Amino acid sequence: MAEERDSAEALVSEIHKKITDAFEVFDHEFNKTVDIREIGTIIRSLGCFPSEGELHDIIAEVEEEEPTGYIHFEKFLPVMTKVLMERKFCPIPEHLLMQAFEVLDQQKKGFLEPEELKKHLTQEGEPFTREEMEEMFSAALDPDKNVIFYKDFVSMMTIEET
Amino acid sequence: MGCGTSAATEAQGRLSEKDDSVKAPSPALTMKAAILIQRWYRRYVARLEIRRRYTWSIFQSIEYAGEQDQLQLSSFFSFMLDNFTQISGNGPDLISHLLDPALTEEEKQATFEGVEVSDSYSGPHISFPLTVSDTNALLSAFKAQQILHARYVLQLLYETKRFLKQMPNIIYLSTSYTKEITVCGDLHGRLDDLLLIFYKNGLPSTDNPYVFNGDFVDRGKKSIEIIIILFAFLLLYPDHMHLNRGNHEDHIMNLRYGFTKEVMQKYRTHGRQILQLLQDIFSLLPVATVIDDKVLIVHGGISDMTDLEFLGSIERQKIKSVLRLPKSFEDVEAERGLEKICGQAGSLRSAGGPSGGTRKRRCRRRKPSSGSSSSSSSSSSSSSSISSPRGASQVWSSPLPSPRVPSPTDLLQLPFLDSIVAVASLAPPREEAGWKQIVDLLWSDPKKQDGCTANTFRGGGCYFGPDVTRRLLQRHGLQLLIRSHECKQEGYEFCHDGQVITIFSASNYYEEGSNRGAYVKLGPDMVPRFFQYQVSRCTRKLTLHQRVSVAESSALKSLKEKLFAHRSELMAAFQEYDVNKTGCISITDWAQATESVLKLDLPWRTLRPRLARLAPDGAVEYQSCFEDVSAGQPVPQISPNLAETLYRYRTDLEIVFNIIDKDHSGLISIDEFRQTWKLFSSHLNVDVDDSAIDDLARSIDYNKDGSIDFNEFLEAFRVVHKLDTKEKQQG
Repeated sequence: MAEERDSAEALVSEIHKKITDAFEVFDHEFNKTVDIREIGTIIRSLGCFPSEGELHDIIAEVEEEEPTGYIHFEKFLPVMTKVLMERKFCPIPEHLLMQAFEVLDQQKKGFLEPEELKKHLTQEGEPFTREEMEEMFSAALDPDKNVIFYKDFVSMMTIEET
Repeated sequence: MGCGTSAATEAQGRLSEKDDSVKAPSPALTMKAAILIQRWYRRYVARLEIRRRYTWSIFQSIEYAGEQDQLQLSSFFSFMLDNFTQISGNGPDLISHLLDPALTEEEKQATFEGVEVSDSYSGPHISFPLTVSDTNALLSAFKAQQILHARYVLQLLYETKRFLKQMPNIIYLSTSYTKEITVCGDLHGRLDDLLLIFYKNGLPSTDNPYVFNGDFVDRGKKSIEIIIILFAFLLLYPDHMHLNRGNHEDHIMNLRYGFTKEVMQKYRTHGRQILQLLQDIFSLLPVATVIDDKVLIVHGGISDMTDLEFLGSIERQKIKSVLRLPKSFEDVEAERGLEKICGQAGSLRSAGGPSGGTRKRRCRRRKPSSGSSSSSSSSSSSSSSISSPRGASQVWSSPLPSPRVPSPTDLLQLPFLDSIVAVASLAPPREEAGWKQIVDLLWSDPKKQDGCTANTFRGGGCYFGPDVTRRLLQRHGLQLLIRSHECKQEGYEFCHDGQVITIFSASNYYEEGSNRGAYVKLGPDMVPRFFQYQVSRCTRKLTLHQRVSVAESSALKSLKEKLFAHRSELMAAFQEYDVNKTGCISITDWAQATESVLKLDLPWRTLRPRLARLAPDGAVEYQSCFEDVSAGQPVPQISPNLAETLYRYRTDLEIVFNIIDKDHSGLISIDEFRQTWKLFSSHLNVDVDDSAIDDLARSIDYNKDGSIDFNEFLEAFRVVHKLDTKEKQQG
């Protein structure tokens, strides 16, 4: 039992350190606060996939009583630890992602026209902004054929991440 | 991190619900697919953003660490002044090399008139008073990679100095005669950026006034060309061209950051004269510009003590380098008295620097308690060599009367270091207050939170909060503060609720693709309009990932070189944690050890995957930190410890060698090399055997003629990155 407790503590300690590190990258003033607009980036960089809605919920939890535009580390740490411990919003396996693209590729061509993809991603779900869409296109679009070979795209991005 | 939650499985289940026979998936399904892709992509972008951020942090912290290092160099010179008497026999010779008469009497009397322009000179000719055809000639010539003849440079500098002498400390401008004023930030020797600005925005003229906000020189390779162009326009359009002083308009900074070297390389014969003139000119540059009594423009920032009225009254030309206290008006006597001081350096010690010197102490940002012994306000005597240079200053209350004790150091004057003549605790408080005001203007950075704290990161100036800005603007009836000094991704940035603009004009400052440059235009309405640009070698637009990767790879290389340069210290630290000698330690221990040795404020755990390998059990194989970097050429037969130290102080050594090498032949004598190294190592408290140095000196005297090609020598202490080599081999 004691061993379990120790290893649980060790795990929590590791998680705390991870969170601290990610937080520090954005703590420009070195006073344990970050701009609230960076919270999404921090959380995602820790390997979590919250939706925009879920992100708003987390922010609501870590915000001050009277929102100052800043998030304090003392509030962020316990909330984020819980998120990581419970493994909420965990990463998406590659094959699942592939299936998602395949769903959108109704004619099973193996690629998507930019217009198709744009329609789905900017109008459905949690819509992309124009900048997000353009940025994705610049990475995903095959320059010669002007389509998105999503299988290659997914593989490339997965490799880039490591 | 495993993924075993029911939510994921559910999603998984749902997506695979699709039936092969169904052609069109249900709207619910496509929405789920869309959400999944959006989430994944946003995470990918967030990861890129993290990488971009830490890349930025790496560049900045290494840059600032470099700025801290240069304090070592200036304190080295102070150290030498203090201690040369202790060096047996050869000491004074070496010192006299380093501290040679700045200019011989001859040189002093000579003006540009004595400098002949031979017929074989193919560069531009200019004549005074300057006209537009002169500035055009200069621009075309520099675009064609030509160099302006020393005679014209000297003439230009004389005229500029004369002109600047009449200028006040703060320049007051008005937009009523022109439509808009253009303000540019740091250029740092990047001629391409200046030319791009002129191309986009037009050349300076009576219809097109400009303010250049400091840091014209250092780092980039075309600093002297930029200076020439800016000064030429200054003389041509004195009411429409304005230059503020930056923290790099300072000869001590120039020694370290490349401008001095550039000038000496391009102007072998007249370089020293040019540099001497520039020293005066830099101190004569105005420190601030005010537009329409509404907008204040300074290079760094402000402090809670900034007082424009007081600033207007100080004698700015006395502050040659902000790293030295201003000369007192006794200095004229003092310069003659210097040799006496030097002769008594061993016995005279400062009773303690004034409290202003506490800012000079380097402390790491996060832990103000570490190494902060002299950043308290006590005035303890600081004769240690690493402390503030002022700790090494001498005290005298009045010029010593003759007859004096003849000293071997008679006739010593200090070239680039003449303002080393320190005025210690007897500096008039007013002078010191003025000096501090200028340091604040040139070195401060804004911060987000209220208050005003010492800028220990830079070692000078302060961090000022929005409240400080607000109060200053209110006190002087101003609306806006424009400053530079910090590189910004987009070339500009607002802060303090729009009261402060940072404008930075050197694109790709850290690395190709690292940032844009920008300039800002202000009209009578005082609404700023920004224009961005980026000098680029390639025409194809890079994706976000590519931009981040290029910059990141460059930052990581610098970081790996840092690791390499401190290898033995790091290994010692790692081994302390590795009790069982397994070659592995925990990630936490690795991060702590690295941070304590390198003293760089970086997110080490986040960076770890890029720097070191993990063993199967998740511990860090610490040796792997050093795998990618190795010595470039076979290093002469010396101990690894010595090699590492030489590698680490390569830049500083280069500077000192260049100063010793008066005739710029690239050669110094064995003796000089030995002495320099001995001084350096005793100053740095590096434990190196005398015989090791002798062996080294002998082994690099390839010709056995008693002289060393120090450039060749230093080449051995470059490093290569193995991955680069592999790529090159794969072609």
